[in-house]
Amino acid sequence: MSAHGSTPQKTPRWIPILAWVIAILVFFPIFWMALTSFKTETEAISTPPSLFFTPTMENYNDVFDRSNYARFVWNSIAVSFGSTLLALAFAIPAAYAMAFFPTKRTPSTLLWMLSTKMMPPVGVLIPMYLLFKTLGLLDTVTGLLIIYTLINLPIVVWMLYTYFKDVPGEILEAGRVDGATPMQELFLLLLPLAVPGIASTGLLSVILSWNEAFWSLNLTSSQGAPLTAFIASFSSPQGLFWAKLSAASLMAIAPILVVGWMSQRQLVSGLTFGAVK
Amino acid sequence: MTTLAPASSAAVAAKNNRQVDTRPLLWPSVIVLFLWMIVPLAMTLYFSVIRYNLLNPALTGFAGLENYTFLLDDPTLWTSLWNTLVLVGSVLVITVVLGTLFAVLYNQEFPGRNVARLLVIAPFFVMPTVSALVWKNMMMHPVYGLIASLQSMVGLQPTDWFTDYPMFSVIVIVAWQWVPFAFLILLTAIQSLDSEQKEAARIDGAGPFAMFFYITLPHLSRAISVVIMIETIFLLTIFAEIYVTTSGGPGTATTNLAWLIYSVGLLQFDVGYASAGGIIAVILANIVAFFLVRTVSRNLQQG
Repeated sequence: MSAHGSTPQKTPRWIPILAWVIAILVFFPIFWMALTSFKTETEAISTPPSLFFTPTMENYNDVFDRSNYARFVWNSIAVSFGSTLLALAFAIPAAYAMAFFPTKRTPSTLLWMLSTKMMPPVGVLIPMYLLFKTLGLLDTVTGLLIIYTLINLPIVVWMLYTYFKDVPGEILEAGRVDGATPMQELFLLLLPLAVPGIASTGLLSVILSWNEAFWSLNLTSSQGAPLTAFIASFSSPQGLFWAKLSAASLMAIAPILVVGWMSQRQLVSGLTFGAVK
Repeated sequence: MTTLAPASSAAVAAKNNRQVDTRPLLWPSVIVLFLWMIVPLAMTLYFSVIRYNLLNPALTGFAGLENYTFLLDDPTLWTSLWNTLVLVGSVLVITVVLGTLFAVLYNQEFPGRNVARLLVIAPFFVMPTVSALVWKNMMMHPVYGLIASLQSMVGLQPTDWFTDYPMFSVIVIVAWQWVPFAFLILLTAIQSLDSEQKEAARIDGAGPFAMFFYITLPHLSRAISVVIMIETIFLLTIFAEIYVTTSGGPGTATTNLAWLIYSVGLLQFDVGYASAGGIIAVILANIVAFFLVRTVSRNLQQG
């Protein structure tokens, strides 16, 4: 995996040591949380902290038994995958139109879409709250799903546009000669070619929605709450349920951590709107 | 909401020899985004000039700039703006400096490099409420926290981080989440550095410091500016971390603009007043957004 292996240049010995010490320190809170999730509540808050203990699965069972955990997991899955699919449904045709039938207005349309992303959520918190209250969308999965779709749509359009631009035009040209309509061209020729690009765009959108914690904290409380909001309920000062908090947290972050690790590259270009590749 | 830099049409070179009506493809996205951009913002603007308090329905009517003058006279606004500035500024400095150093470090060859990189990137994928609670409880708790344990082990008095150094504690948590972001972006950027150029500099006798300041840093400058702008947009409205740790306190020590608007609007239900605060947040974000859009647009024209 060496990036530049031109010269067998010697790395000073302190570099691996420093790099590993830093990596372990940065990761340590996550590791410690994972460890705590297998302790009993008493061990979790013992001083000095217990390093050697008999691991227990008790917390995981408790989290499922006592807290409707499954519902929060389901809400998280529903809002993040639901909003991603919806955003893709809006974005694929738009990105297709802009990538293959560009007009003079295409660059400014793209930039304008990007600019909607820069609206600080807190600037529209009050009207959105009141609007949701009036429409009965407070504390619902549907409400959150709509918001997440709108938040992620610009990034999704942007990323798909970048991917579509890289699809060789000759293939579509060939279809055109054979008399394919634009719709056939999109569904039969472009989409199968663009599956990897669509998948990584979707992943980024899922990650962002899964971890979103401004709207979920403000617009949901129990019925429609995803994991971000459920975890926040552990912040109440009464009772120290650190072991259960850790178990619930580890399950909430593990899938996204794995997905994130797998798609780093695509994340970079998605998060910087293609400015860094 | 944002003034767009005029995009050059030459960049497109639209050789469109087919007449295809793309409106049905493009307009659904444009329309929903347009509504999303315009409707809530117009409502905020409207609420900010009327008297509207959910707890006091008798209070109605046009307020003019009353909400704004109240807000500008309120010392809490200035405290919160200052806190926002401190939070954003500190996190930016920490993340850019550490992100750059980490990018250089983890670009070196060493055993297990890929695993070490994964460990450093990890915090970015942890949801904010989890990060904040892990730090608040397991790391920084004054009695049971790991840091307190270490302090008592060496005979020190444990620190009550969130009471004595509330802003510092919030900065630590937010920086922990965003250093990986800066690192990830800058590592990607550093990998595109031409190895021949590095080689030439080395043959000319450039030491590691000269290499860093004359080759690496200039190469990273655009990526660094992108990191700064994107982070600023997110950091201006840090909310979840404050929500689960300090609730803006003690007093107003960690009240940033986002928390102020939330507490006035959704805890005290003064819609008019909170909306005026919202407009100020929008204006601040737009100043940053202007520069970001300009950078990205330059990039778009380069292709």
